[in-house]
Amino acid sequence: MNCDEASILLHALIDGELDAGHSREVEAHIAGCANCATQFQEFQAFRNTMSSSDLRHPTPPNLRARIEGKLPGSDVTVSRRSVFKGFVLGATVSALAASGVLVVVLRGDNERRVLGEVVSAHLRSLQGQHLTDVLSTDQHTVKPWFNGRVDVAPPVVDLTAQGFTLLGGRLDYIDANPVAVIVYRRRAHIINLFCASSLGATERSATMESLQGFNVRRWTENGLNLWAVSDVGADELAEFGSKFEAMLRQ
Amino acid sequence: MMAGGVREASDGGKTARFKALALPYLDDAYTLARYLLRNTSDADDAVQECYLRAFRHFDSFRGGPMKPWLLAILRNACHATHAGTARLVYGADAASDDHQRAPMWSEDGSTPEQAMMRRADTDTMRRLIGELPAEFKEVIVLREINDLSYRDIATVIEAPIGTVMSRLARGRKLLRDAWIAAEGEGATR
Repeated sequence: MNCDEASILLHALIDGELDAGHSREVEAHIAGCANCATQFQEFQAFRNTMSSSDLRHPTPPNLRARIEGKLPGSDVTVSRRSVFKGFVLGATVSALAASGVLVVVLRGDNERRVLGEVVSAHLRSLQGQHLTDVLSTDQHTVKPWFNGRVDVAPPVVDLTAQGFTLLGGRLDYIDANPVAVIVYRRRAHIINLFCASSLGATERSATMESLQGFNVRRWTENGLNLWAVSDVGADELAEFGSKFEAMLRQ
Repeated sequence: MMAGGVREASDGGKTARFKALALPYLDDAYTLARYLLRNTSDADDAVQECYLRAFRHFDSFRGGPMKPWLLAILRNACHATHAGTARLVYGADAASDDHQRAPMWSEDGSTPEQAMMRRADTDTMRRLIGELPAEFKEVIVLREINDLSYRDIATVIEAPIGTVMSRLARGRKLLRDAWIAAEGEGATR
């Protein structure tokens, strides 16, 4: 292998894209070539610099709402928008309130606020020494711990085989109510799964939102409200959610 | 309003399925659009167009990974936006308005000075990525920020994997040189 080839392939090595045979070839070249070895180290360091900065652009909420509103079957979002229009025009507000549309808006705001609280609780759990109250990778230890502490029986499932390690459980407070939190780990990332009774809320399919750089997957299941919060990518959090749901149905 | 339920039911869950599969990648799509287009309202339009197009063509989506499929549509939408508005100078309008939008929140254990440094670094990095020539910028963003594999990047930019590899190597070199130059300027300031 010459330096021209190595200068391209060392990036594939950094990215973990080479098979074992090619990896060995590039590593052998780097071992014998000071110039390519320096490049390899420098680009590796640069990659770390990049991955430690937050280079993503979060979607503005109004764009998200606009897109969801333009997909079929999204009439709630559309009517929410028309309410705001009503406010701007300074007219028909009371009529809308009477028709119950305003309730939808307020409930949306409430969900937004709860979402903020869930993310704050996630942050607190990472900052302090209080990630878990019960530290166990055994679901049969974690689940009974919640008995008598919260008004729900949180679903604790073992997802180790799926790449999500159970770390334990914790009691937390959202909206001044005690909630059960099940803590998972994905590589170096913590996933907090908040469970609260849904108080008669209708079953909803999963939604993915992002707040302050954290992804939140929210869904309802068996009369429970669930929020999974983490700094892993949306796709991995979606994977966590679907694996979790699949395990529950087994 | 009352028609909502009826319509949703009549499409056999297509909308729900599409939302569950495609909406988790909204931030990825928006991020790519912001880097490719630089102008926020163009990015908004491109992302919206991407999702509407993706939904129209959802029937032709044959499983497999959703993210590259979606980002390929987004990339085409970005190109269409360019063509429509003739704002084709990739990387122009580099001044980012993000320092106003970056979250004030900072990680645990960092002093305000460290947080400020990091934000300045982040702003610089975003700007430098934005200034890269388009063909390098897109592979850098797809790899480093959207976290796609080489194979998926090849799908998105409709090029062989060899092209992805050489552009990525060149793009990283350009970006790293620019980063070092910017750091030098910062030190003498």
